[in-house]
Amino acid sequence: MKITFDWLKDHLNTNLKEEKLLEQLTNIGLEVETVESLSAGKELFKVAKIVKTEKHPNADRLKVCDVDIGEKQLKKVVCGADNAKEGLITIYAPPGAVVPKNKTKLVIAKIRGVTSYGMLCSESELNLSDESDGISELPTLKYEKKIGKSYFSKLNSNLINLSITPNRPDCLGIKGIARDLAASGFGKLIPTKEKKIKSNKKQTLKVKIIKDKVQGCTAFGSCLITNVNNTESPQWLKDKLLSIGQKPISAIVDITNYVMLDINRPLHAYDADKIEKGIIVRNSKSGEEFTALDNKKYRLENNMCVIADSKGVLGLGGIIGGTRSGTEFDTKNILLESAYFEPKSIRGTAKKLNIDTDAKFRFERGIDPLSIEDGLNKAALLIKEICGGEISKIDIQKIQTYKSKTIKFDPNLFEKISGFKISTKEMLKILDDLCFKYKKNKKHLELTIPSWRPDISQEIDIVEELVRISGYEKIKIVNPIKERTKSTLTQTQKLFHFLQRSIASKGYLEVITWSFTDSNYNDYFKGKNKEIKIVNPISSELGVLRNSIFSNLVIHMNKNLDRGFKDLSIFEIGPIFIGSNPGEQKTVVCGLSAGKKFRQSWIDNERNVDVFDVKRDVVQTLVEAGYNSDKFFIDSETPDYYHPGKSGRLFLNKGKDQIAAYFGEIHPNIIKKVDLKSESLVGFEIFLDHLKLPKKTLNDQKTKFTVSDYQKSERDFAFIVNKELSSQDLINVISSVDQKLISNINVFDVYEGEKIPANQKSIAINVTIQSPEKTLNDNDLEKINKLIIESVENKTGAKIRS
Amino acid sequence: MSDLKKIKDEFLTKLNQKLNLSEINKIKSDLFGKNGLISSQFKRIGSIAENNRKKFASDLNIIKNELQELINFKMKEIENAEINEKLEKERIDVTLPERNFIIGKIHPVSQTIDEISSIFSEIGFSVEEGPDVENEYNNFTALNTPDHHPARDMHDTFYLDEKKEKLLRTHTSPVQIRTMLKDKPPFKIIAPGRTYRSDSDQTHAPMFHQVEGLHIDKDINMGHLKGCLDYFIKEFFEVKKIKMRFRPSHFPFTEPSAEVDIGYEIKDGKIIIGEGDKWLEILGCGMVHPNVLKNVKVDPIKFQGYAFGIGIDRLAMLKYGINDLRAFFECDYRWLNHFGFDPLDVPTNYRGLSR
Repeated sequence: MKITFDWLKDHLNTNLKEEKLLEQLTNIGLEVETVESLSAGKELFKVAKIVKTEKHPNADRLKVCDVDIGEKQLKKVVCGADNAKEGLITIYAPPGAVVPKNKTKLVIAKIRGVTSYGMLCSESELNLSDESDGISELPTLKYEKKIGKSYFSKLNSNLINLSITPNRPDCLGIKGIARDLAASGFGKLIPTKEKKIKSNKKQTLKVKIIKDKVQGCTAFGSCLITNVNNTESPQWLKDKLLSIGQKPISAIVDITNYVMLDINRPLHAYDADKIEKGIIVRNSKSGEEFTALDNKKYRLENNMCVIADSKGVLGLGGIIGGTRSGTEFDTKNILLESAYFEPKSIRGTAKKLNIDTDAKFRFERGIDPLSIEDGLNKAALLIKEICGGEISKIDIQKIQTYKSKTIKFDPNLFEKISGFKISTKEMLKILDDLCFKYKKNKKHLELTIPSWRPDISQEIDIVEELVRISGYEKIKIVNPIKERTKSTLTQTQKLFHFLQRSIASKGYLEVITWSFTDSNYNDYFKGKNKEIKIVNPISSELGVLRNSIFSNLVIHMNKNLDRGFKDLSIFEIGPIFIGSNPGEQKTVVCGLSAGKKFRQSWIDNERNVDVFDVKRDVVQTLVEAGYNSDKFFIDSETPDYYHPGKSGRLFLNKGKDQIAAYFGEIHPNIIKKVDLKSESLVGFEIFLDHLKLPKKTLNDQKTKFTVSDYQKSERDFAFIVNKELSSQDLINVISSVDQKLISNINVFDVYEGEKIPANQKSIAINVTIQSPEKTLNDNDLEKINKLIIESVENKTGAKIRS
Repeated sequence: MSDLKKIKDEFLTKLNQKLNLSEINKIKSDLFGKNGLISSQFKRIGSIAENNRKKFASDLNIIKNELQELINFKMKEIENAEINEKLEKERIDVTLPERNFIIGKIHPVSQTIDEISSIFSEIGFSVEEGPDVENEYNNFTALNTPDHHPARDMHDTFYLDEKKEKLLRTHTSPVQIRTMLKDKPPFKIIAPGRTYRSDSDQTHAPMFHQVEGLHIDKDINMGHLKGCLDYFIKEFFEVKKIKMRFRPSHFPFTEPSAEVDIGYEIKDGKIIIGEGDKWLEILGCGMVHPNVLKNVKVDPIKFQGYAFGIGIDRLAMLKYGINDLRAFFECDYRWLNHFGFDPLDVPTNYRGLSR
C-alpha cells in the first residue's frame, strides 16, 4: 500500500514530522517497507519536441534526433524508438538525470560513434505505466506551450510503502490508516462531511441479482450519470495519483481509483450505453467467455460471479471489468457500480483464472459492506464536478443485509494475555477511537465491531487491538527460568547428532542439499523406491523428491571436481522420501568420496579411495555410536547403483532384521552416465531409522571392567578355502571355537594365484589366545590349535596350508 | 716394583690410548680371561707367604676394580660414540611436509541448530520434529489458515498432488499441531527443520530452515514471550545487551502477533548486531490463537502461551558474516571449508557456543 503524508493529512490533523509518522506506522503494525523520494531530481525531466530525425549513420535501428528543450540550442539525442518522429512532443531526460525505473544516471555518451546528450523516455522508464514500446507521446495541444518546462509537477511528499497484513483491509484506504494513527495518539482524525447525492431522477437501468446457490455478490449499488464529458483529470487529482506512483488516465477512471485508494471502496464505471437492457448479477456457466480490460480473453467455469447483461458477460464481479462496456473519453453516460462481493468467491475465481487485480486484492480481504453508498456519493459528486452531467438516485439491490457483529469482552483477558495493565478508561478510549461501539455490563463490555473490520470476531482480537494501540513496548520482559524437567533430545536425536559429527570427524565435509532433485539423477539412485513428483516444481531439474541423497551428492561432487578439486569427501544427513504421505521418509547419512586417499607425495604411495575406506568409516562410526562390531553381519547384496562386486550391506547383528548401512563403489555405468571424472568414487548410506537403539546405555556398558593379565599367545594359520567363502564366515568359525580363549582374530593375508588351485584362495589369519584364568601351557595351546584347524576344515571345507 | 704395579701401570697406559671396541675386548681378555694376567694373579694368592697374603689380595682387588671400571667406562664411551654416529647418519630434513590430515567440517546451518538447541535447552525446551511432507490440514487449516485465507498466498507452496492435499511444509508450525495432538499440556518445545517455498532468487531459496518454538501452560503471557526471545537473542549472538523491537504483525495462527527486529549497524563493512539505528527483522511470533488450541483439543480458557518461528539460515548468516543465502546449498568445497565448523566444536553452555 502506497501512501504519502500529504494525502494522510486529508484525514489527519497533525503537526508531527514525517520521521515520527514512519516510526508510529510501524509501531501500530502498519510496517513501513520503504520510503522513496519521488520528487528528487524529477524536475530535470522536461517536456521536449523532436524537431528533426535522421537515420543513425552506423545503426539501422537508431535515429539521431534534434530536440527542442526550450533552450536556444537544440540537443542531439540518439533514440531507438520506432515512434520517434519529427513534431512529436515527448519527455526528455538530460545527462545527470536518474531514470526512475532502473535508477541509472544518464551521462553524455557516444552511441555507435554519435554523441547523445541525454535520452527520450518511455512511460515505463518513468514508472508512469508499463508501456515500454516507444517513447512517451504527449498530446500536442496541451504540451505545445510547455516545451522546456518540467514534466512532473512539484511533488513534496515522500512515497511511503506500507506492508499491510492480510487481516487489515481497512488500511488499504488512506482513511483507515489515518484512523489507526489517530487512535494511537498520532494526530486527530478529521471527520468527513458526507455529501449525499441530491436527485429525483431514478436509476433507470434495471439491476438484478440472481439468487444462485452460491451467489458471490450480496449487494449491488449503482447510479447513472448522464451527459458527462469524460476529460483529463484536473491537476490536483493527477498530482494525487502521481504522488503515489499511479498514472492518470481519464477523469472517470481517476476518480474511481481515487475513491478506492482513499476509503478502500472499489468502484466500477460502465459505459451505460453499451449495456443491453440491464445488469444481471449471476453465476457463470462453463465455457462462457469475455475479454477483460487487461485485453485477455477468459474462459469461465461454472459458478463464477459475473456481471452480465442480456448479451453476455460484462465483467468478473469485484475482479476485473470487460472491454465491451469500458469507459472511453467519448463516453456520455455511465453506470457507476459499488457492490459487495464475498471474499471466498473472489478468491476462488481469481485463483482458478489466475488473475490478480487491485480490486480482487481488496475484495478478497473484505470490503466494508456499509461503504456502498459512501463510495457512490463521493465518486458521483466528483464526476459531476469534473465532467458535468446529471446523477440519478442510488439504487441498491441486495440479497443479504449486513448485520453488525458484537462481542462480549472480558477486560481481564487483556492483562492475562499481555502481561501488563491498562485502565478500563484507556481501553474504552482506544476502542472508541477505533470506532467500536460499546455497552458496559457488570463483567463484560459488549462491543459492536465496525463494519470495516472483518478480521475481528472474538475476544482475543480485541486484546490484539488494545495491545497494538497501547504499544508493544509496554510489554514487560519476564525472564525465563533456567530449569529443565525433560531431556532436551531423545535417544534418536542424540544418535543423529552423534553420527553427524562422527562422520565429519572422518574427513567428510557436511553439505546440505535440496530435498528435491533432478529426476534423471534420481533414477540412477532410486533403487526400488518409486518416484515422487512435485506438481509445481521450481524447475524441471528439481522436479522430484529425492529417493536417495546420492543424486544430489553426485551432482555437487561433479561440480566440485569441475572446480578443480580431486580428492574430496562430502556427506549429508537428512531425509529421503519413499512415499508422498507425511512420515514416508527416512533419515539417512550418506557420504561420497572421490579421488585418492593418498596422492603422490615424498612420503606415501599413491592409492585410490576404495570400498574398505568407506567400510571403515561406516563400521567405525557405528562402533563409536555404541554398537558392537563383533555382532555385525555383512553380505554383498546391495542396490543396483553400487558396483555389484565391490559393495556390501551391513546388519547390526546376524539376525539380519534391518539393513543398517550400505557401502561400496558407485556403479561404473552411473559414473559414466553422469560424466564424473575421478580415479575412484565410493560411498555409503547409514539408515538412522534402522539402527535399533542399544538397550544398554554406554554408561551401563561400562560398569563391568574385566581384563586378563595372563600371558597372551599368538598363532598364525593359513587356510586354503573356496573362493566364495567369506572371511567373515571363517572368522566366525574360529571365534566360535572358544569365545573365552580367543580374544582377537586378524586376517593378515589373502592370496590367489600361483600354487593355489583355481577357484580357491588362501587366507592367512593371526589368532590371539588368552585365558582370563591362567597362563596357558604348551599343551593347552596345542589343543586349541588343533580345535581351530579341525573346526575350520570341517565347517568350511578348508584345508590348512602346511 | 711389584708385578701388580707393573700390570696396572702398563694397562692404564694402554687403556688411555684411543681404542676401538675390539681392542678393548682384547685388553679385557688379556687381563680377565681364563689365563689373563689378573686372573693368574688371583690363582697365585694361595702360594703367597702368609704374612704377605692379605695385603697382596687386597692390592690385587683394588687394581682389578680400577682396571675393570676403566674398561667399562671406555666401552660405554665407545658405544655412545657409535650410537651418536648412527643417529647423526639418520638425520633427516624435518622441514619436509608432514602427512596429510583431512578433517571434515560441520555445515554452519547444523552448527547453528546445535547452538539454538543448546540455548533453549537451558530454559527447559525439548526438541520435537515433524515430517517434511505435510498434509494441507496440519500446514494450514489447523493453523487457522483456511483455504480462502489470503495469508495462504504468502506461502508459495510446493504440492505433491493435484488436489493440493499433500505438500512440502512451508513452515515448521505444523510441528506445533503434531506435538499438541500427541500429548497433553503443558508444552515447551522447539522444532528445527527444513521448510520449503517455491521461491528462488538472491535472498530466497526453495528450501530453507526454521526453528519453531511453542510454550503452552496456564499463565504464559506476552511478557514471557518477550523474555524468552530476549534471552535467546542475547545468548545466540553472545552479547550482554541487545536492542530489540517488538512490532505488531499478523499471522493467522497467533493473536496478538509480532515481528521482532534487532538493532544493527554497519561498521567498516561489517554488520554489528545489537547496536545502531537500523532494524533487521529476524523472527515472527505471538500468542497461540485460541482457534489453533481448539483444533488440537487444548482448552483455550485453561491454557495459553506463545509460539515463534525463526529463520535459521538468516541467523547463521548474521552471526557468521555470510552474505549469500544461496551459498548454503551450493556445496562449494571452498565455502564449506571456510564457513564449516570443526566437528569437535560442539556448542555447549559451559564452554561457550562458539570459539
